[in-house]
Amino acid sequence: MNAQVPYDHEIELTNVLERCNAAARDAAIPGKDALPEGFSGTLGHFPVYFPEEIAHAGGLLPVNILGGGNKLELKHADARMGSFVCSICRSTTELGLNGTLQGMTGFITHPICDAAKHLAGIWARNLPDQLAQILYLPQNVNTPGAARYIAAEYQRLRADLEKKIGHAIDDEALRNSIRIYNVNRRLLRELYRIRRDEPWKVSCTESYLLLRSRTRMPCEEHNALLARALDAIRHRGLPAQDKPRVVFVGGFCEQPPLEMLEAIDETCYVVDDDILIGLRWITEDVPDAGDPIWALAESYVDRSDASPVQHDSRKMKEDYLMDMLKKSKADAAILTAAKFCEPGLDEQLAWSKHLDGENIPYLVLEFEEKMTSFEQMSMQVETFAESLLFALS
Amino acid sequence: MSTAPLQAAPVADEFDSRAEGSRLMKEWYAQLETANERKAAVANVFVMGNAVEILRAFDFELVFPEINSLQTGVRKVSEEYIRLSEDYGMSPDVCSYVKADVGLILKENAHPAGRIPKASLAVASNMCGTFIKWAEIWERWLKTPTFVLDLPGQRAAGWQVRPGDAQHSADTRWVEAQFKDLIEKCEKITGRRFDMDRLAEVEERVNKMVDHWNNVMALNREVPAPFNAMLDGLTYIGIMNVYRGTEEGVEFMRRLESQLKAKVGRGEGRVAEERFRLLFSGTPCYVSMRRLVELFETWGGVFAYSDYLTFAAGGMDAADLRYDTSRPLESLAEVTAIAAHRGLSNQFFAHERLAQQIRDYAVDGVVFHGIKSCRFVSSGMADTREFINRRLDVPTLYIESDLIDPRYWSDAQIKNRVDAFFEALHQRGGAAPLARKAITA
Ligand code: SF4
Ligand code: SF4
Repeated sequence: MNAQVPYDHEIELTNVLERCNAAARDAAIPGKDALPEGFSGTLGHFPVYFPEEIAHAGGLLPVNILGGGNKLELKHADARMGSFVCSICRSTTELGLNGTLQGMTGFITHPICDAAKHLAGIWARNLPDQLAQILYLPQNVNTPGAARYIAAEYQRLRADLEKKIGHAIDDEALRNSIRIYNVNRRLLRELYRIRRDEPWKVSCTESYLLLRSRTRMPCEEHNALLARALDAIRHRGLPAQDKPRVVFVGGFCEQPPLEMLEAIDETCYVVDDDILIGLRWITEDVPDAGDPIWALAESYVDRSDASPVQHDSRKMKEDYLMDMLKKSKADAAILTAAKFCEPGLDEQLAWSKHLDGENIPYLVLEFEEKMTSFEQMSMQVETFAESLLFALS
Repeated sequence: MSTAPLQAAPVADEFDSRAEGSRLMKEWYAQLETANERKAAVANVFVMGNAVEILRAFDFELVFPEINSLQTGVRKVSEEYIRLSEDYGMSPDVCSYVKADVGLILKENAHPAGRIPKASLAVASNMCGTFIKWAEIWERWLKTPTFVLDLPGQRAAGWQVRPGDAQHSADTRWVEAQFKDLIEKCEKITGRRFDMDRLAEVEERVNKMVDHWNNVMALNREVPAPFNAMLDGLTYIGIMNVYRGTEEGVEFMRRLESQLKAKVGRGEGRVAEERFRLLFSGTPCYVSMRRLVELFETWGGVFAYSDYLTFAAGGMDAADLRYDTSRPLESLAEVTAIAAHRGLSNQFFAHERLAQQIRDYAVDGVVFHGIKSCRFVSSGMADTREFINRRLDVPTLYIESDLIDPRYWSDAQIKNRVDAFFEALHQRGGAAPLARKAITA
């Protein structure tokens, strides 16, 4: 008779996080023989948002290409991209040139900034077998007709993918994918609710790993992992500590190194953030009946989040930061920007001036995905946290 | 024998494009100086994707913040403006045009060419991502109502969009919807009804300007090239933007074309002895452009063309389409959509258009000017260069400085690279390099 191992939520969470950690840290993409069941290839996409459902419905595993982190050595990209370009673009180029991303069916980038758009040209010149495209998501979502235009753009992409994979992506498959991603959206909303309401139960780093792992696994598998993780997190009996509540912004594209998030977790509760905002861009369920392309397009306009690289007159940048601070009852903000990221740097300055006016404390940090030394940054964060606690007491 | 730029007095009564260009620019700034007092409607626009035709139909006076910024460079005061913005907190890694403009705001719009008026509207396209972030600064600080004009661009390499095909129609529909929205906003701001006939009139003039412009560009396919694309061309492009759709603009372009035609007829080139024909890729360095051109012209190298003259002139020359003034609004959307594909956003697949331009202008080499702060041109430049070198076997030179920040200009280093480039061109079997002392003698 087998002795039943009692359920231990800490062990369960550790197991899930280990799986997520492996997936999240993997810059490589699964090769043909290692593809999950039901998938015939991979479709790479660059931040911020990409309608993964379209690839998923076509049997292409959507893989979010997030650069090379701080372990990758640039051997080719240095000669192909100026040193003044952000790290994520340079390391993504390296991964394309060094063969790591060679097996992808395609690579889709977006008009979030000019460096990102240039990746499509670099791909076309160097990896001509892949479907390398810019998905022209609109920078004007306020003019009536924006959803119609997005729907046309999604249809175009769908047709291009169909040609590439040799079979149709039908509406029913799309609706099914939407349903699977709706589950994911609900689970992620719950994760962020816990971050806001009970931040001592899950750190920013853990939440990040849980989220980022979706970039290397099918959404179905991610849903199962998230459900297990959330259950374990809810059961966690960790006590609340005396830490200030902060909002972290600046992680919408290039990714802050894990060590940086860990350093912040040490002394602060990060109660909301914009890290990998593209993976949770759609804020509500996408309608799963009717025309699925229209449902996705309309959701981009009307059920979506905000970022420094999307103009939307309904969501002024200062307003949405204030909204984040308010909703998460944060005491302060950590305003970060990736080095050489022009839109991020512009926003960082604007936000800091705004918070000055609002008398809200903030810390300004600049990061690079390839950073390896965190001592100084840790000290800055610690001092900031101490000053916040002092002011709050 | 000398290859120094021709300084000969123009033939009697010949059109002096430089003098006329600078007169027109002065007039434009003088007009702007009083715009707010006159309660004129003022719009901030960019050179790529700007709906100027609609704005002119409403009598908006146009401010081109990029031109304001480059003018601080030409007038050698850009550093002061840039430093002001950096002291305010702007990152050194931001486009220096934006920084000069923030400096201008901090100096309460005092520009060396005159006071710049406060705008009642800004139109920012998505063709360069920086336009939008820039317009957000005005939106935030000056409360300038901002309209983002989203132009779908070239999606992939080898992308073929033809007038009237399904893709062009889908993109046109979206652009037209935005124009209608913009018109409504302009009506609210100006308190005037939109007049379709006025739009047609403006378009008629733009058509004429573009025709002359295209003829002017084609004249530089002649050997020797009658003008330097990166010096004379900068004057032409200024007028093309600032006076687009006006009688003065048409007249300038008409006279320019006949002057250059006459020059070609006489067999005169920009340099006395054209030895190398070159293509310039990227944005200029307005603080030292004369010097840069001089470094090339002393070797008998002339810039026969530059991709700058396409994208910074709005891309319409590449559209291969003119406005149909019998249906002005639809046609404006059609032309704008195709110009965005063929003349603006194809920057992201620059190797394709450069390959074409290399053939069209029969150039011996390509000079890439990389600019840290302009990621629109520079992010893909090194890779494009590699492609042009390796796949097309065309010699290239890469130099780096800035649009208007003099701190990035390194004369000795750039000169060395230019000299080495010409030596290499010569070794490939090009024209014999002239002994430098013979030129300067
Ligand atoms: S990090 Fe910034 S500059 Fe780099 S690709 Fe992302 S948005 Fe563009
Ligand atoms: S980044 Fe380049 S194209 Fe864009 S505004 Fe600056 S100079 Fe102009």
